[in-house]
Amino acid sequence: MKAIEVKGLTKRFGQFTAVDQITFEVEQGEIFGFLGANGAGKTTAMRMLCGLLNPTSGYGKVAGFDIYKNTNDIKRNIGYMSQKFSLYEDLTATENFELFGGIYGLSRKEIKSKTEKVFADLGLQAQRKLLVKSLPLGIKQKVSFAVSTFHSPKIVFLDEPTGGVDPMARRTFWEMIYAAAEHGITSFVTTHYMDEAEYCNRISIMVDGQIRALDTPSNLKREFQSESMEEVFHALARQAKRSGE
Amino acid sequence: MKQFFSFFKKEVYHITRDKLTLSIMLSLPVVLLLVLGYAISTDIKNVPFVVLDETKSILSLQLVEKLSQNKYFELAGYLHSSSEIESHFQKGDTKLALVIPSSFNSDMLLSEAAIQVIVDASNPNEASTIANYAQLMIQQYMQTQARGQAPLAPIRTEVKMLYNPQMESTYNMVPGIIGLLMILICALMTSVSVVREKEMGTMEILLSSPLRPTTIIIAKALPYLIVGLIDNVLVIALAHFVLGVPIAGNLFLVFFLAFLFTFCALALGLLISTITDTQRSAMIASGAGLMLPTMLMSGIIFPISSMPDILQWISCINPARWFVAAIRDVMIRGVGLVEIWEELLILLGMTVFLIALSIRKFKNRL
Amino acid sequence: MKTLSFLLKKEFLQVFRNKLIGRLLVALPLFQLTVIPWAATFDQRNIPLSIVDNDNSSYSRKLADKITSSGFFKLMDYIPSHEKALNTLENGKSRLILDIPADFEKNLVNGNSPKLMLSIDAVNGQEAGLGLSYISQIINMFGAEIVSSNEHAVLVDVSPSYRFNPEMNYHNYMVPGIIVLLVSIIGGMLSALNIVSEKEIGTIEQINVTPVSKVTFILGKLIPFWVIGIILLSFGMLVARIVYGIAPAGNILSIYTFGFLYLLAFTGLGLMISNFAQTQQQAMFVILFFLIIFILISGLFTPVSSMPDWAQKLTLFNPIRYYVEVMRLVYLKGSSFTDILPLIYKMLVFVTVLNTLAVWSYRKTNG
Repeated sequence: MKAIEVKGLTKRFGQFTAVDQITFEVEQGEIFGFLGANGAGKTTAMRMLCGLLNPTSGYGKVAGFDIYKNTNDIKRNIGYMSQKFSLYEDLTATENFELFGGIYGLSRKEIKSKTEKVFADLGLQAQRKLLVKSLPLGIKQKVSFAVSTFHSPKIVFLDEPTGGVDPMARRTFWEMIYAAAEHGITSFVTTHYMDEAEYCNRISIMVDGQIRALDTPSNLKREFQSESMEEVFHALARQAKRSGE
Repeated sequence: MKQFFSFFKKEVYHITRDKLTLSIMLSLPVVLLLVLGYAISTDIKNVPFVVLDETKSILSLQLVEKLSQNKYFELAGYLHSSSEIESHFQKGDTKLALVIPSSFNSDMLLSEAAIQVIVDASNPNEASTIANYAQLMIQQYMQTQARGQAPLAPIRTEVKMLYNPQMESTYNMVPGIIGLLMILICALMTSVSVVREKEMGTMEILLSSPLRPTTIIIAKALPYLIVGLIDNVLVIALAHFVLGVPIAGNLFLVFFLAFLFTFCALALGLLISTITDTQRSAMIASGAGLMLPTMLMSGIIFPISSMPDILQWISCINPARWFVAAIRDVMIRGVGLVEIWEELLILLGMTVFLIALSIRKFKNRL
Repeated sequence: MKTLSFLLKKEFLQVFRNKLIGRLLVALPLFQLTVIPWAATFDQRNIPLSIVDNDNSSYSRKLADKITSSGFFKLMDYIPSHEKALNTLENGKSRLILDIPADFEKNLVNGNSPKLMLSIDAVNGQEAGLGLSYISQIINMFGAEIVSSNEHAVLVDVSPSYRFNPEMNYHNYMVPGIIVLLVSIIGGMLSALNIVSEKEIGTIEQINVTPVSKVTFILGKLIPFWVIGIILLSFGMLVARIVYGIAPAGNILSIYTFGFLYLLAFTGLGLMISNFAQTQQQAMFVILFFLIIFILISGLFTPVSSMPDWAQKLTLFNPIRYYVEVMRLVYLKGSSFTDILPLIYKMLVFVTVLNTLAVWSYRKTNG
């Protein structure tokens, strides 16, 4: 079974086609980069896969469940970390873990032991009692990722998870993604950082609502005869007719 | 100046692009005034009453009919025993019970008749008015029945109700409701303006720009002033043409007052916006903080003169108190600038003070 | 059920960590219960009065004494002419002018029924009406005293007896209603702002991608405000007891039973507004709209029976009206549970409709 399977998925808002007939598959345990300029339709596509938005047409399965009929089954099997920072800032990290663990139906005992483990792994023992709003951005994002994978989902959707943090913090963040992949968690990541794109197993690049390229980073570089992903991306993004916001 | 206009334009876009909020801001006062202007009334009318008639004579029947014919009372039914009185009061379906004793008819001739009027005094003012009306009408009726034997009332009175001869409560209420609506809506409009930038993070950009705090504050207030002015024109037109409230004084003065008050309310909202950290706090401070004090301490429903001295003093810091008093004077009594200069000056002072304080608080963040 | 307990813990933590809400929960009830009962009063004492006495006789002075000593009126001044007296009305120095004609005493003694003239500032109709009824009573009594000594008169004795509030204490009437205001304003505003503020901040997304059910989510929002409402209700009744010495004449359980339902209904309304709104400002405008209308046509400040027919019909859709009614019935009249049963049924309809709408309008998936 594929982690994600999409055929001809489309979303229109009135006259505007935000996502235009996209087709792709993601393997289990894969780290899949979902690239595109602002306004290319990445977030819309991702929201459909997470069951936050109803598609206009097309076929899609996430974790083996239909994106039209079984959105609640999908939600049970995915984690999500959004562009906007979405932890409860007026709760502590521990309380956030407890809340989301509880929502996904983990027992209190599981929540407790997992929380201990996460704090130990992240080395955040000192910050466990602090309100999230008082944490530095880099740490907030790590906590956020830990929340989205707390219930050991099959797939985790990461919408620009590293926006605004320094290279050092981004590096440790990607280490977390790799660690998750080792546990069999599939990662579906959007990002603007092309160096990060290199870390992915495979990437797709969206332009004007369509997927224009989909392969491993090295294959793509060869295909576009480029030195770096940066150049690949620019070669494609130049074709765009709609401008980002 | 150029800076100011470009910033002003940005604020205008904020307002005009959010069509839903804009239409709420414009329609809310109209709908509220329309409903409340008609609905709130303190006139005593159609008070349901029950009768326990132990004589069942022509005289008593006529008396009851006479009572139920006027606009104040409405017969809710006859009772069979005195025990029923209590249960009717308890269910709350009557406010007045009339007990006509079996000896009524014969007593009448001996001029010792006694009718018992039982009033639900839960609301004491309403009760005393109801009791008064009932007494007066029964006595009048008895006197016409006993004509010939009875002298005229020892002292007659001629009553002139000035300014509001029909004692319409809309005359009193509508200017008050205008005050309530304008202060709430205007303060709510501006109370998010600064704090929203704080929440969105755009505040940093503003603060690091060469814009002066005064420019920012004024440019934020002005577009809302335009919305507020449109609201003012709408509600005053509605009050006059639809609700029939007279504009006895100078129309220009009415609008001048309204505009000044609007500006004062916007300034209050700005101050709230500069001292709060989240939109939610700002909303609660302006909504929960302003609604009741304005509703109850501006003389809209309850006259300020009936409050204890200390509350009368406190009510002085409430801008709506001054506006409501002044606009009532101008609209209903038709007085001129000379009589309301005090209120105007106070409102002006408050506005200047609030704006200055907002700018100062805003500067403190730099 | 277990999920719900986690959601509840989160909501409670958030409410009690918010300093402003914490302060509000203490300050607003105190303000409402200590200030409003004194502010919301029509108690007309010391109505400013000017007298134009053209007679200057012993009877005219006796009448003036009688009026000023009643406590309802405060004599501002004796003014020589009616025109000058009118000025005091215009600038608000007095509300009422009594003109006593030149031959008042003579006519009174001769049984010629002298005619007094009252000019009343009627901008506030109710105030004017009350003032008129007070002064008429005094004048009638005065007249009757003079006359009864020398003439026989047909006087029908109409004796009013005041039930349920014999001391005619306005606080007994207002305070139970103000407790309703207390729970409605705080409950309504907090719940209306709640979901939409999660939308604006973005945390709602994180909830929407979880498998939590719509009903559980709404319950998680509903129950905290419901509990806060119950606490406020109890606090309000306690203050009423301690400060004003007002206790319900009927069963306190009737008040709570009705309160439980009422708070469910009102919180449901707030959450529904929160679901429909895009911004907190919109939510606040809308809940204010409902609060203002509901409060002002609830019969709390002005009697429902004074309203025009259509407005009286409108009050049938006003939950505040029902709770104010129940509070007053139970507090002042000691009405029993069976007396308020029909109102309980009506409130059940509100609870069902509003909360169904609240669950329905919460969208986990858009578009």
